[in-house]
Amino acid sequence: MPKSVRRIAVIGAGHVGPVIARMMLEAGFEVTIAASGSPENLELITQVVMPGVQARWAKDAIAAADLVVLAMPLHRFPALEPGPLAGKLVVDAMNYWAPADGAVPLFDDLELSSSEIVQRRLAQATVVKALNQIAYQDLEDGRRPAGSPDRHAIGVAGDDSVAAKVVGEVIDRIGYDPVLLGSLSAGRILQPGGPVFGAVLKRADFERAIHAAVGQI
Amino acid sequence: MTTSNGFPLVLGLDTFGDHEHDAADRPLSHAQTIRNVVEEGVLAEQVGVDFFGIGEHHTDEFPMPAADVVLAAVAARTTRIHVGSAVTVLSSDDPVRVFQRFSTLNAISNGRAEVILGRGSSIDSFPLFGYDLADYEDLFEEKVNLFAELLKGSPVTWQGRLRPSLNGQDVVPYTESGPFPTWIGVGGSPQSVIRAARYGFSLMLAIIGGSPARFRPFSRLYVQALEKFGREPMPVGVHSPGHVAETDEKALEEFWPRWLAIITKMSKVRGFAIPTVESFRFEVGPQGALFVGSPETVAQKIAANLKILGANRFDLKFGMPGLSPDSVQKNIELYGTKVVPRVRELLAVSMERVEA
Repeated sequence: MPKSVRRIAVIGAGHVGPVIARMMLEAGFEVTIAASGSPENLELITQVVMPGVQARWAKDAIAAADLVVLAMPLHRFPALEPGPLAGKLVVDAMNYWAPADGAVPLFDDLELSSSEIVQRRLAQATVVKALNQIAYQDLEDGRRPAGSPDRHAIGVAGDDSVAAKVVGEVIDRIGYDPVLLGSLSAGRILQPGGPVFGAVLKRADFERAIHAAVGQI
Repeated sequence: MTTSNGFPLVLGLDTFGDHEHDAADRPLSHAQTIRNVVEEGVLAEQVGVDFFGIGEHHTDEFPMPAADVVLAAVAARTTRIHVGSAVTVLSSDDPVRVFQRFSTLNAISNGRAEVILGRGSSIDSFPLFGYDLADYEDLFEEKVNLFAELLKGSPVTWQGRLRPSLNGQDVVPYTESGPFPTWIGVGGSPQSVIRAARYGFSLMLAIIGGSPARFRPFSRLYVQALEKFGREPMPVGVHSPGHVAETDEKALEEFWPRWLAIITKMSKVRGFAIPTVESFRFEVGPQGALFVGSPETVAQKIAANLKILGANRFDLKFGMPGLSPDSVQKNIELYGTKVVPRVRELLAVSMERVEA
């Protein structure tokens, strides 16, 4: 477990991945990105859409990273090899929302948050749920400098408190107030259908929404 | 006039067949809504709009599954306006049928048909026709590939995984003067931009939330990808929702409750956040994606975004479920008679500055 993060690998180059990669780069991290195929396929996209981010094969990006962000469509997750992620700090930015994206049998256990299922499959990694709840089109516009009175919040859910704190520091650096939720299970509050999903909220409003919902979840 | 990307400026209107209500807020029948859409297409031509698009949808709020049939009715009563889909949900359709229907529309309209392929915000066609949403990307990739083959003309030979192959088969009607314009609607994935360039399809940026300016890298990516694939430059368009009324206040007042109602309803299915007054203010403001206001407000916003995005076309998605036919017709009239000429004026001035 890294005490601090310098190198970040983003897995997924669809709607969400490039946005996260760009934000991480602007926050001063070294960032690589990988999709399902060869890095050559991503070369033009990285050059134009996220200059400064390096395209890699997924296994190389993961091997060199202090923190790996999973930003692929969730239905591709079952095909991801768990091996290379062993020992890694992993941020799960994916969402399971069957009505919009189709059913993924692996995730059909309604008792568990989708990140608990990700953790179960990546048993040797430390999974923290974050960056899933604000829509990709709002993520960059929603950033504010530290101390700004209208700074917005991002929920961070993890069972490992050190890991959650490290991820919280990354969230703070990109321009959001991290709100730590204490467990991966509590990450259900951040999921589609939950009280903060899709919303860009200031910290106080975010905490109020979560407290109001805690009784129901 | 030409725009910053060298193509003629095109200003269009799109509808999803939004279910209209009468003045007493009672829903009209689906049939009446569809007849109204035909009239709206005819009106769009009369007031000087360049393109009339209809997006495929399958719900009570948007009872518009057979857009090409309605477009044929518009085409039969017009002579100049281009007619097309906005969008055709190709993944849950058969590319051969889509080609046949739009090639037929192209015949009826004397070459005014266009097709925009994509997913749009409509997901209801998947369970309706027995497709799995999880297969969305694979279906789209393969069917776009077949559609590109069909556009080259018959005989067609093609092999894929998800649909039976074609072996030197004739797909009619033949077009009279080459392929009709085909666009790919892109919502935010750079890989979709690359795909449009790879097939030589025009790029339609569907911007329905957040700041349109964040799409700027996509039009740059498109230009560079066309170059990389050895293709000529192609048009770039923008599709965004909005509403025009005489004043900003009236437009906001008419649009907001309808927008709130439909997004609230969709949020249950799609997981969207329910709009707040604050988020709505951002979206209708200069940085947001909703084009709601007086003709001057909307024209300024269109001109500014076309410049920022290096695009030559803007299609306003007009109407909202629950709006009355009167309010929708007024929107079309103001768009054609006030917004269109004003955007042309604003962009002509800015082009002169560039040339000077």
